[in-house]
Amino acid sequence: MHTATLFIELGGIVLALGVLGALALRAGISPIPLYLLAGLAFGQGGILPLATSEDFIAVGAELGVVLLLLTLGLEYNADELVTSLRGNARGGLVDLVLNAAPGAVAAVVLGWGPVAAVAMAGVTYATSSGITAKVLSDLGWIGNRETPVVLSLLVFEDLTMALYLPILTAILAGVSLMGGAITVAIALATVSVVLLVALRYGRWIEAFVASPNSEVLLLKVMGLALLVAGVAQQLQVSAAVGAFLVGIALSGELAHEARALLIPLRDLFAAVFFVFFGLQTDPAAIWPMAGTAALLALISMVTKLATGVYAARRAGIARAGQARAGIALIPRGEFNIVIAGLAVAAGAHPDLGPLAAGYVLILAAFGPLAARLLQPLIAVVARRA
Amino acid sequence: MGRGSVEIEQTALPGIGLKHEFTTQSGRRVAVVSHRGGRRDLVIYDRHDPDRACEAIQLNDEEADALVELLGAPRIVQRLNALHREVEGLVSVQLPILPDSPYAERPMGDARVRTRTGASIVAVVRGGQVHASPNPDFPLASGDVVVVVGSPESTSAVADILTHG
Repeated sequence: MHTATLFIELGGIVLALGVLGALALRAGISPIPLYLLAGLAFGQGGILPLATSEDFIAVGAELGVVLLLLTLGLEYNADELVTSLRGNARGGLVDLVLNAAPGAVAAVVLGWGPVAAVAMAGVTYATSSGITAKVLSDLGWIGNRETPVVLSLLVFEDLTMALYLPILTAILAGVSLMGGAITVAIALATVSVVLLVALRYGRWIEAFVASPNSEVLLLKVMGLALLVAGVAQQLQVSAAVGAFLVGIALSGELAHEARALLIPLRDLFAAVFFVFFGLQTDPAAIWPMAGTAALLALISMVTKLATGVYAARRAGIARAGQARAGIALIPRGEFNIVIAGLAVAAGAHPDLGPLAAGYVLILAAFGPLAARLLQPLIAVVARRA
Repeated sequence: MGRGSVEIEQTALPGIGLKHEFTTQSGRRVAVVSHRGGRRDLVIYDRHDPDRACEAIQLNDEEADALVELLGAPRIVQRLNALHREVEGLVSVQLPILPDSPYAERPMGDARVRTRTGASIVAVVRGGQVHASPNPDFPLASGDVVVVVGSPESTSAVADILTHG
């Protein structure tokens, strides 16, 4: 009986997500906001609350985070990260300061305290590399000369996440100042060691994982990622970062193959993750936060735009390209929800989840749309200049 | 003359691949984006907005090869011509294989060009494609253009051999 209900509920959810995905595809927007809305509808206070499948969805959501970060790591190799870091550190720092500030300030103004401020800083900081990559490819911007600037900012953000998530995890765990410092030190040391190992000995890991058989390859990569994620979580470095580092350690043809194998799994579980976040959020709680979310979205749109313009100008890009770089950076998505999810799970302020949900709903939907709508306008301006 | 006069700029696209770009003499920017998965995009930049790709043409392996051959074939002959201008006493000539040539439909080695004249066949152009450094067993066909490098006397001797045997 239990299995029957579980399957019916899961089937209903996944099927609904498929239909929503098709709608998003037709409208040319990211499916993430629709998945979040679906989660809101299925959750407590929603229109179709779930009875039995929430436990499974909770585990599926954790897997979704691991898979999101693993496939993200697989896109990069350690050399690229180091080169990007060297060449664009200044743009990256401007990005960090300008875009972490709105969230942090909002949390302080709302009186949520310093822990929430750190979490909200992350929520407004990270651009969704997934959505941005899709915007770049959909609009034919990949060949554009400002695109390397955008991509290197994304790389910088992802690396910053590898340091930020352990810190956030430690702070959320509510450890004492001394204990916190130790945990953060452990986290930083682990991240550095893993990056060093990836740079120096990535080949050994690849030799262990490599297999001509795709089934073996899938199991080995997935197993390794989960194992490292688990150990990382135990050390309070955050499971997500562990998976990300495994992805970085693997490179070249192997990473490409592994990524192709993992993407269907990632798509399934990442969708479950977005639903899960929606499930935890009471739709009724979003309304009171809607105004704040919209204001925060507006402010951080401006700060991202400024970041893109600044970084592109430093790279010698003309005005139209500067505007495109800024617009491409606007979308927020998976990372922001991952961060908010961590904070919610650790029992942050009850309004943090609804605010983050509203915020990401706006920017995940509006970011790609803005790029599409502004493209002709930029062309006109460029022609006149 | 060679490649040195075109400055090709290489940019890494983290998570995507590599981009090579250059500006033509007439001021247009052209780039090739090589994706990790093997896909290539031929990118042409906007005149008004030099940072924007106004055309991005996706090419698969075969299409990229075809484009290279189309663009590369006349270039090899040009480069040879440049070479013979630079090296005193060396000329390169292009000799068509006519239908009544004694070597049409026979392996190139049968003509024993180098032994008899001292000149070398460096390439055979067939249907817009260049077959560089052909082997002696490379079958010549009527309609081929043979590119020969040597002294003015030896190359005209080759022309004689290819027409009269």
